[in-house]
Amino acid sequence: MKQKEILARLPYEKPFLFVDEIQEVTEDGAKGSFTFHDGLDFYKGHFKGNPVTPGVILTECCAQIGLVCLGIFLVGAAELEASNVLIGMSSSEMEFLQPVFPRETVTVISHKVYFRFQKLKCEVKMYNSNKDLVCKGTLSGMLKVSKYG
Amino acid sequence: MQEVKKYQKLKNIIQVYLPEDVSVDEIRPSSNFVSELNINSANLVDIILDVEDAFDIRLENEDMNQMQTVADALHIINSKLNG
Repeated sequence: MKQKEILARLPYEKPFLFVDEIQEVTEDGAKGSFTFHDGLDFYKGHFKGNPVTPGVILTECCAQIGLVCLGIFLVGAAELEASNVLIGMSSSEMEFLQPVFPRETVTVISHKVYFRFQKLKCEVKMYNSNKDLVCKGTLSGMLKVSKYG
Repeated sequence: MQEVKKYQKLKNIIQVYLPEDVSVDEIRPSSNFVSELNINSANLVDIILDVEDAFDIRLENEDMNQMQTVADALHIINSKLNG
């Protein structure tokens, strides 16, 4: 499956789409990037007068690129043609090492731990444009293909 | 392996994934993983993966579908061990 097809099948849109580009996706992992525009709504409140990207949003960005893009690739084009994919994050364990400010571009790299019985578990790492590690952790989600959905 | 030992081994695995409001004493052969032990589908996958490692067997999608209760799990483990 091509990267564009994966992007087209992502079940998100603005203001909650945190994937701009997928650079690489294989059976073992995915790599993609996103730029946090300064107009994003949460910067108004996190924090007052001092905009910093919230950790939950960094986690979401890691999940959308590392888990969901990879999951769509793994489930495969054939399965997706006639069906919907139901997605839910089931667990996240993240460590945050660097702040991400408005207008920064981040790159997420994920490695599959396993994809079995509709559960995808990945180790994810996010880097900023200086190649500093921003956050890392382990994310899991359920990907169900619903034939009637 | 004796049945009692297998049951204990399985119980030890399940125990790790019980939600806080369910105690270990509530695990019985007749317990339904989802409706009685409150184990969600993501944790049920983890139980299956741990069972595979602990008993050195491989489970398939249909095994998971059949695995409603603790007794079902034991039955599936036995059929794989003898299969």
